[in-house]
Amino acid sequence: MLAFIIRRLLQAIVVMLTVALIAFTLFRFVGDPVNMMVGIETTAEERAQLRQDLGLNDPIVIQFARFVGNSARLNFGNSYQFKTPVIDLIADRFPATMELAFASALLSLLVGIPMGVYTALHRRSWLSNIFLAASLIGISLPTFLIGILLIFLFPVTLGILPSFGRGEVVRIGFWTTGLLTASGLKALVLPAITLGLFQMTLIMRLVRGEMLEVLRTDYIKFARARGLTDRAVNFGHALKNTLVPVMTIAGLQLGSIIAFALITESVFQWPGMGLLFLKAVQNVDIPIMSAYLLLVAFIFVTINLIVDLLYAVVDPRIRIDARPA
Amino acid sequence: MKLRTIIFALAAAAVSALPASAATLRFAFQGEFKSLDPYSLNESFTLGMLGNVYEGLTKRDKDLKIIPGLAERWEQVEPTRWRFYLRKGVKFHNGEDFTADDVVFSAERSFNQASDIKSRIQPAGTKAVKVDDHTVDFILPSPNPILHYEWDTWYIMSKKWAETNNSAAVQPATGTQMSYAALHTNGTGPFIITEHQAGVKTVFKKNPNWWGKPEHNIDEAIFTTISNDATRVAALLSGDVDFIDPVPLQDVQRINASGVAQVLQGPELRTIFLGFDQMRPELKYSNVKGKNPFKDVRVRKAFYLAIDEKAIADKVMRGAAVPSALMISPLLFDLAKDFKRPEPDPAQAKKLLAEAGYPNGFEVEMDCPNDRYVNDEAICQAVTAMLARAGIKINLNAQPKSKYFAKVLQSGGYDTSFFLLGWTPGSFDSWNVLANMYRCRDEKGVGGNMNLGGYCNQKVEVLTEKILVEPDKAKRDQMIKEAYTIGQEQDVAFVPLHQQALAWGISKKVKLAQRADNQILLYWFHKD
Repeated sequence: MLAFIIRRLLQAIVVMLTVALIAFTLFRFVGDPVNMMVGIETTAEERAQLRQDLGLNDPIVIQFARFVGNSARLNFGNSYQFKTPVIDLIADRFPATMELAFASALLSLLVGIPMGVYTALHRRSWLSNIFLAASLIGISLPTFLIGILLIFLFPVTLGILPSFGRGEVVRIGFWTTGLLTASGLKALVLPAITLGLFQMTLIMRLVRGEMLEVLRTDYIKFARARGLTDRAVNFGHALKNTLVPVMTIAGLQLGSIIAFALITESVFQWPGMGLLFLKAVQNVDIPIMSAYLLLVAFIFVTINLIVDLLYAVVDPRIRIDARPA
Repeated sequence: MKLRTIIFALAAAAVSALPASAATLRFAFQGEFKSLDPYSLNESFTLGMLGNVYEGLTKRDKDLKIIPGLAERWEQVEPTRWRFYLRKGVKFHNGEDFTADDVVFSAERSFNQASDIKSRIQPAGTKAVKVDDHTVDFILPSPNPILHYEWDTWYIMSKKWAETNNSAAVQPATGTQMSYAALHTNGTGPFIITEHQAGVKTVFKKNPNWWGKPEHNIDEAIFTTISNDATRVAALLSGDVDFIDPVPLQDVQRINASGVAQVLQGPELRTIFLGFDQMRPELKYSNVKGKNPFKDVRVRKAFYLAIDEKAIADKVMRGAAVPSALMISPLLFDLAKDFKRPEPDPAQAKKLLAEAGYPNGFEVEMDCPNDRYVNDEAICQAVTAMLARAGIKINLNAQPKSKYFAKVLQSGGYDTSFFLLGWTPGSFDSWNVLANMYRCRDEKGVGGNMNLGGYCNQKVEVLTEKILVEPDKAKRDQMIKEAYTIGQEQDVAFVPLHQQALAWGISKKVKLAQRADNQILLYWFHKD
């Protein structure tokens, strides 16, 4: 088990270094950072001095090592636009993205699983058909369109729920939360639906498929033969066995929810990291871009690692496979 | 149960404690409000926002006329010595007195390496000298009759506050230390920033100790960025915000028809125009080899005549643009009415091209931003179609502003043959236009730095220098007119297109004053 964990950790480090290399390349080759920092009136000597100060005259390998070293210590430099440290900006935006992502993930599970179960159990009912048709919309409509449609339906036409932003937030230590105020909770509804809709339909279809498969297996037939109630068979036996792959997918999807929150964030002006990144791209704010890339990579790697480890705990076969030959 | 009762009681008390007249204004802009350091970004939105908090020695009124600000009055003791008499009894938000030391300090800080407003105090080498606590002299190396024209956005900072908070220098992008002044303010203005989350939310509170007489009734103003056009309009229509800037042109009618809000449109100061590379011996991006067609004034004139600006203003801009004959808004130059745009004449354009040796036209690449000005890419497409009728084939290269500016400006080596650009003179004066765009430059950009095409005429050059030092307004205006007659009417250095319109979306509850420089000044807002 220990060897397995160590191997996974080493792999994670390789992934992080690769992403760091990409981020660094961005930093170096998207354009001359000096040109982006100085004004038109800056003289050639001042530019040269700045190049020296920034360490741009050192060999590339040393620059990369320094970049990795700084990043490991969470020092990403100052944002070109805001003139403040990138790490502060990201720390400021991190809670907003996290709350949105977890709310969406929770929503997609709480709605997606029951819908999946229902459509599997009542395959021919009209409600199932409606669910399935609706799920097609969820999968095929682009996120920003769903967001804009929701905005025009709820805040503009019906006059309920706020159209943008995060509402009032409460600061608890370094974390800001919108979950403790009424306006914060209200503001969360539409973005969470927008962001979670795709995952929700995905989970619903996954649960339905798995459920249909499990319902055909022998032990379900046997359970029915034992005279167990439908309820016990469907939920006690069938659903339980369906949930293993669902949890895996949901866990992995959490990473992409965080990473792809940026579209939802831009539609609802949600003050999260995605919005920060999007603006940074428009303004060629490389320190923010590379920090965001590294952070998202880190989140992905961490989630994958946890899922892998949980697998190993849940499924002994993987542990055996992982043993060095 | 008991706890809940207490909480309710407290909440009720809090609600009833609010004064009945308390007006909270919520407003949204498409861009972000970034650094609070008033010297770190020379951009009209940021400077306008900070103009609610900080003040300059001068201010500008609703019609952009210069009025006294922190200086009660000023005089030219001699052409190279100006004396400013400072307002007494003014206090910074932290309670410190405003004195001559702060003005001298602010002048020095504006010259700082990382300052983006280095050119506020012109010409270079001008010194601020304290005479007594409430008098400051500015000693100029050479006369400048418009010394104070841009001072409404050269904001005075407190010397003591900046120095104690380690902010005497402007925050450079390279530093690793957090700049205090980029996150905090301490001005003399009618509003105080109590909360600032860069790029997210900023809260302004009324300054009860402001020296002036408030014309607004805003106690608290909450600013948010909403960059998505549809979301911004929805926020206004649903009443989540009281004011938005800008309104996308296609939503103007819908907002006006909504009954809850309206659009206030007015001319803006920025002029949108086309420019030609007239400097290189051969165009970089064209099928004409061995010579540069744009060096021939007949070709430039043909381009001018081929473009139907009225159609652009009506169709592309949906009426939200005023065609312009000059490279400056008529609001900023009294004699602008003497200039008229020629009627579009494609036949004449073709004739001129034939005379110049291009009977079948030629091909040239056009650089165009696609996220900088209102409908910029659509304007370029219209221009492409109009020039095609005269036989000119344009290969349109429309890019995001970050890439576009990196290519066409000095930092990119003026790497363009034909381009669309916009310009607002920061001083609201023609000299800025002439000096930046009509003055000759060398390959490195020394001279008319924003003269991307490298237009050069010695007569305009001489006039520009004279205009800088001419103190008599009537004479000066005549000289400016002469410079435009040569540079624009005769030489067609550029093809001016239009001044785009401002479009502010305003809730029916709000009344305000709209200034043509597009600054959002809360001290003229009134909310019912």
